[in-house]
Parts: sequence; C-alpha cells; structure tokens
Amino acid sequence: MCTPTVPVESAGAGTTQDSSPAIVFENVVMGFGGNPVLREVSFHLPRGETKAIFGVAGSGKSLILKLALGLIRPDSGRIIVLGQDITQMPEDELFKLRGKIGMVFQESALFDSLSVRENVAYRLTEEHGVYDDEIDRRVREALRFVELEHTLDLDPAELSGGMRRRVAIARAIITHPELLLYDSPTGGLDPVTSNTIIELIMKQRDVYKTSALLVTHRLQDAFTLATHEFDQKSNRMVPLPAGKQCQVPLSFLILRDGKITFDGDLHELAHTQDEYIKEYIS
Amino acid sequence: MELISPSDLAKEKVQTVQDYVLFCVHALANLFRKPLYFYDMVQQADAIGVGSLPIVVLTGFFTGAVLALQASNTLERFGSITLVGQLVSTSMVRELGPVLTSLMVAGRNSSGMASELGSMVVTEQIDAMRALGTDPMKKLVTPRVVATVFMLFFLAIISDLVGLVGGLAIAKLLLRLDARQYWSNAWQTLVFQDVFMGLIKPVIFGFIIATVGCFYGMNARGGTQGVGRATTQAMVAASVLILAMDLIITRFLMATLSYR
Repeated sequence: MCTPTVPVESAGAGTTQDSSPAIVFENVVMGFGGNPVLREVSFHLPRGETKAIFGVAGSGKSLILKLALGLIRPDSGRIIVLGQDITQMPEDELFKLRGKIGMVFQESALFDSLSVRENVAYRLTEEHGVYDDEIDRRVREALRFVELEHTLDLDPAELSGGMRRRVAIARAIITHPELLLYDSPTGGLDPVTSNTIIELIMKQRDVYKTSALLVTHRLQDAFTLATHEFDQKSNRMVPLPAGKQCQVPLSFLILRDGKITFDGDLHELAHTQDEYIKEYIS
Repeated sequence: MELISPSDLAKEKVQTVQDYVLFCVHALANLFRKPLYFYDMVQQADAIGVGSLPIVVLTGFFTGAVLALQASNTLERFGSITLVGQLVSTSMVRELGPVLTSLMVAGRNSSGMASELGSMVVTEQIDAMRALGTDPMKKLVTPRVVATVFMLFFLAIISDLVGLVGGLAIAKLLLRLDARQYWSNAWQTLVFQDVFMGLIKPVIFGFIIATVGCFYGMNARGGTQGVGRATTQAMVAASVLILAMDLIITRFLMATLSYR
C-alpha cells in the first residue's frame, strides 16, 4: 500500500529528548475475583521502541495496556509511564498524563453519537482554546495520514471495520503523543486491511519515532514490523536487508500463565530454545 | 444458577449503596470543578425536559381529571361538591404532580440514561473517553444530573397546571360546576407550605432519576444483556426510591413547616 507524504517538519513532533524508558513495569500483579491474571510482570519499553505483546486469549495482554494507561490499578507492583509513577496517581493527574498517550482500542471505541470529524477532533475540542481552523487542519492531516480524509462527515456506523480502526488511529495520533498503545489493531480484519494498519504503525514508529506497545494475535504483523521499515521517499514500507533486521526498534514480549516467558528482539526470538515459544511461533 | 450466601448478599447491597453515595458526591462535586460542559447541559435539558413534555402533559391532565371525578363522588355525599377545585389543587400541587411527573420522567429518562451509558461502557467508549483525557463523570453524569433537576422542576409546575385544567374539564363538563368558582377554590386553598412542598420534591426526585440512571449505566457489565439488566434495574430503583423519598420528604416537611 502507498500512503500519503508526511510533512518532514512534523516528524518527531511528539517525541522528547528524555532518555528514561517510556514504560516500566516492576513486579506488577493483577487479578480479578481472586484469579491472578498477571503475576510479577516486569519489563520496560525504551523510548522510540515498539514492543509487540503476544499470548493466548486471556493471558492479560490488553490488561497490560489498560494498566499502562492507568484505566485500572494493579494489585501490587509499580508502573512508571513517561517518567511518572502512575501506580497511585490521582485520576485528575492521570487525565493530564493521558494527553501524552494515544490508545487504539480493540473494537475502535469510536463515539457513535459523533461524526468522524468530531471523533478525531475530540481531544482538541476538549482542550478548549484551540481555534476551529486549527482543529480542522489537524483533523484533515490526521485523516490524510490514515487515508480517510473523505470520511470526514460520515458517522462511525457508516464505516467498515478496517476504516473504523484507521479512524481510531487518527484519533490517537492527532496530538502527536509520546506513547501509543495498540490493542489488537488488526484483529478480525482481512490481510490487505491488516497490512494497511501495520504500515501506519510502522510509519508512526519510523517517522515520528513514537514509543509503542502493540498487542496482537497475528505473528505475521510483528514479523512485518521487524523485517520492514517505512521509506519516506517512496512513502511506503520496504523490506530491510537481512543484516539490518535487528536494527529496527522492535522487541517481542510473550506472556504465558500470567508471566513473561520471553522478552527480546527478533534475533533472540528466532534462536530461542524454549519449546513453548518455538511451538507458539511455528 | 449459583446461590449466594445471605452475608455476601448483604455485603453486596451495602457496597452498592456505598458506591451510589460516592457516585452522587462525585457528581455534585464536579459542579465546582472546571470544565462545566454547559453545552452538554443544554443538550440534555432539551432531551430530558422538552422530550418529556408530551407524556407529562398527558399524565397531568388525566390525573387531574380522574381526581376530580373520584372526589366528586365522595364530596357529593356531604353536599360539598363545590370543593372539588380545592381537593384537586392540593392533591396535584403537593403530591400527584411532582410524584407522577417524576415517575414518568424516570420511566423515560432513567432507563434511557442507563442504556446509553451502559452501551458506552460495554463498547469501551467510556474507557476511550478516559484515555482521551476526559472525565466521564464530568462530561456525561454531571450535565445529566443538572439538566434533570432543572427541567423536572418546571415539568412538575406544568403538570400541576395541566392537572388543574383536567379537573376543570370534568368540573365544568360533567359536574356542571362554575369554572370561576373552581379556579377560585383551587387557587385560594393553596398556602406557602403546599407550594414549597410541591417544588422541593421535583428537585430531589430529579436528582434521584439522573443519578440512579447514570449509576446503573456506568456500572453495566456483561455485554448487551448487562445493558438490558442495568436499564430495568435503573427504572425500578428510581421509581421505588422516588416513592420512598416522597414519604420521607412529606413527613419531614409536615413536621418542620408546622403544617396545618
């Protein structure tokens, strides 16, 4: 797929020079009704890196994203996001922090009473003080990024599943967040649309250098992200030469029985001796 | 179906009451925190107030009419049929206007709020709102509470007035009473305590309708089935609470306002 050109001056607009990790999980424990879902989970996400999270259904992948966003609090452990400890952070402060984070939900979670334009502009209109002209310009820019500028006045109900997912990405990136959280962005989509979404995620990673957690069931999505890079000149993703594949800022995290069973890059994943992981990726 | 022990059931109920009280406090506290979402309040006032007007007018009219009809039967035995206006007036203003209006609005809006917010919860729209940096309590709950309280106050007044007109229709057309006498009786019998009681009730009932509807909506779990359950529970709980509070408020005001 070919995507529109991204203005060079806006590249990296949402990133900071801070070298601390974007996300740190320290011995995080979380359960529901006495059943532990996450047990002593610890990992960190360096700035500018994308981490793909895998695991069987119910292993706590989406839970990690909700914990990172402060939507739910862990039973124990510590979570640091963009340098701030959010474990006991009051909700009012969390709202401010969430302004630097974008999230794409599993089922898009677009507001069905608002049009596409209003959905994408939501964060800007809530900020109060951003002029209408500026909002309109940025909404169009975000929708152009996902190639859906023509859907501006449609309602979410009029969009296909893939289009809804792309609008959700536009809504998440409109303020150029420092951190993006994708919850199964390609789940239930056809291979062509999935590829479009993955290319957008890659573009966000390589052009804007945004840190990201990507929850997915599709191994091929993560392998595409590991073996390709976004080429701004041709405005599309291109395969990397064999020797450069480990240089892509992408790592893998695999959950099993509430614990992390693997956390490493493509090279380490390909050479792992763990039977479970071998079976998982085969 | 799994049986739940009485102590667990009691704990669950106490927990729900505690959560509801905290929910109400939070909704009220948001009135003093920015942003206030004035546009959403106006939008909700239109949906709740103007949208409920037809059912409130119809309910008020028929209640006043049937009240006049029932009263005439009893009053006739004592030769006091001319007091129909007095009876309709005090009953409507003190009791039936606020209570029946609130029950109708609860049926229409408490369930509506529960289903709307419940759907937003199960489709992760509430989570998305929080993720986008907006407090759903401020954006969705507080405007609904303010709009319901404000509009129910005026709806109850309209219901009282239309109820008196309903009573007048019966008095004039069926009982052959003088319209001027009916109005004069209806008007002169009202004292400050009656009006105060009739106006304070819709304010409290409006708060109950909105908070109960929003509370059940925001706590809906379990997909579309859960939304349906929340909708029913909201309507039942709001209606029962209105009737229970009506008794408490009436007793309290009668005691404090040195009622005749």
